[in-house]
Amino acid sequence: MSTYSASKTVALKQSAEEGAALSGRPPSLAVSLPSGGTGVFASLAWVGFGISCLWWPDIGDWPRTHQLAAAALVIAGAIFLASVAGNRLGRFNAGLQRRAPWLLASALFLTLWEVATAKFAWLPLPFFPPPQSIIEVYTDDLPKLLDSILASVKLQLGGYLIGATVGFLTGVSIGWSRSVGYWVHPVLRFIGPLPATAWLPIAFFTFPSSWSASTFLIALATGFPVTVLTWSGVASVSNAYYDVARTLGAKPFFLVRKVAIPAALPHVFVGLFMGLGSSFAVLVVAEMIGVKAGLGWYLQWAQGWAAYANMYAALIVMSLLCSGAITLLFRTRDRLLIWQKGVVKW
Amino acid sequence: MVAHALAEAVAYPAVGASLDVERISHAFDIDGNALPVLEDVSFSVKPGEFIALLGPSGCGKSTLLRLVAGLGAPRSGVLREDGDPVTGPFPSRVVVFQDPTLFPWRTVWNNVALGLEAQGILESQRQRVDAALDLVGLSQFRNAYPHLLSGGMAQRVALARALVNDPKILILDEPLGKLDSLTRITMQAEIVALWQRKGFTTLLVTHDVEEALFLANRVIVFSNRPARIKADIAVDRPYPRHRGDPKLAELRRNILGLLGLDATW
Repeated sequence: MSTYSASKTVALKQSAEEGAALSGRPPSLAVSLPSGGTGVFASLAWVGFGISCLWWPDIGDWPRTHQLAAAALVIAGAIFLASVAGNRLGRFNAGLQRRAPWLLASALFLTLWEVATAKFAWLPLPFFPPPQSIIEVYTDDLPKLLDSILASVKLQLGGYLIGATVGFLTGVSIGWSRSVGYWVHPVLRFIGPLPATAWLPIAFFTFPSSWSASTFLIALATGFPVTVLTWSGVASVSNAYYDVARTLGAKPFFLVRKVAIPAALPHVFVGLFMGLGSSFAVLVVAEMIGVKAGLGWYLQWAQGWAAYANMYAALIVMSLLCSGAITLLFRTRDRLLIWQKGVVKW
Repeated sequence: MVAHALAEAVAYPAVGASLDVERISHAFDIDGNALPVLEDVSFSVKPGEFIALLGPSGCGKSTLLRLVAGLGAPRSGVLREDGDPVTGPFPSRVVVFQDPTLFPWRTVWNNVALGLEAQGILESQRQRVDAALDLVGLSQFRNAYPHLLSGGMAQRVALARALVNDPKILILDEPLGKLDSLTRITMQAEIVALWQRKGFTTLLVTHDVEEALFLANRVIVFSNRPARIKADIAVDRPYPRHRGDPKLAELRRNILGLLGLDATW
């Protein structure tokens, strides 16, 4: 199953382009073949991948080759059965049909990867390890990897929540109150554009622990875009909305809570999205430099030992986590902003 | 549709207030220069009267409405509602603007509920929201978001949002200006029916002479900016009125003459 997650990651990276291509151009691969056809081809490609693992002898010592081959054949069987079962599987079948070209492509990619590394060594070691070595990381180095994931998630979540909350409240205050804006705006202009990583040296000796320093930096990286976009959202609310609410008896607090904030929410979510992106960058750098835990640290450690398979394995996990976080954010937005027309689908 | 809804709606006694406009003058600051928009405007409105304010586009009628609503203070002069000076917005004077300005993040029901919610009385008075939606015939759309509504439906929701507060003075700022002519004709009749039923005082800004004559007891004609009162014309015809009424046609010719448009007649 781990190989499958690897192919899923590859799929995720390009899913945006794929979505556009599939919906934009009518005669795509998915449509031109009869129902279930692409699925059968995909399952054949996975059989091919499994055989490619077994056909040639390994160059080098890769203990997970047979397991990888077995997993590939199981996946091939599952795809085949699901394709043949067709409409009896209902929505699952529709999803499979849509993803079949991607399943096919990822099997081809994995086969190429396998052949180019473990079988003929066209790509130099240790920089390009074969797929089975990444499986090996997930099976043999799992405890350390899980610890790192937990540390990263904890640090990121704490910093992001603090940054987003402070940024949101600051943004609403400067957007609403002229006097708060007068005092906060210059500070924001002076400090905000500074990359949060530039604070690293100062943060690590002024804060009591590397953990609190990193939380501060992540909060800073999140807070700036959230503040600016919340502020611009609140500032751009049409006066007509305030006029309507005021003639209906609204007091200032009601105007902030029920007019300014809901009207600004689309902007706020852009800020939260941007903040998420920049906080990921700070998280990894902070973990590499100061905090002796987390996926960033794991990457650094793997590189120190020239354990490139561990690096790729950690990168894949990191990509899944970041992508998952963004998906979660977008789901939340879609739920809260259901009244908007035509929001971007992630 | 409305007549039917009217029969079913729960009656909330709302008696119109009187309005005194006393020597109001107002100006805007544009690049440091004062641009006068209202000049010594005075008139009185009896409780329950329907007044149309008619004048060329941009003459300052809408500014006067904003002052009546309490959304601004005049440079000089006083506005009185039932004898008390107007100092700020209050839900006894509710405005329906040219744009419906529904809150897009609220459903139709929640938009109508806005006034009661702002005044903190929504929980005990939820049935008033339902009644107001019935009144404008949009109960079926209570859970819809505004972007699904047509222009006429959106303006009906805006009307319900105003009426749910049982205003003493309803301020209509060209509410039908952006609607297609068929919807406008329907809604003119609906507004008359609502006004007769509820008894609120109504102030309507329009630049449609026919609309003013079809709806109002009195038509006040303004000059170009800065707005001064040119004429105060009583429209002494019973309701429901007919658009072909020769008396109205005569008044229409007089008013167009006052506006300098008699050549087009």
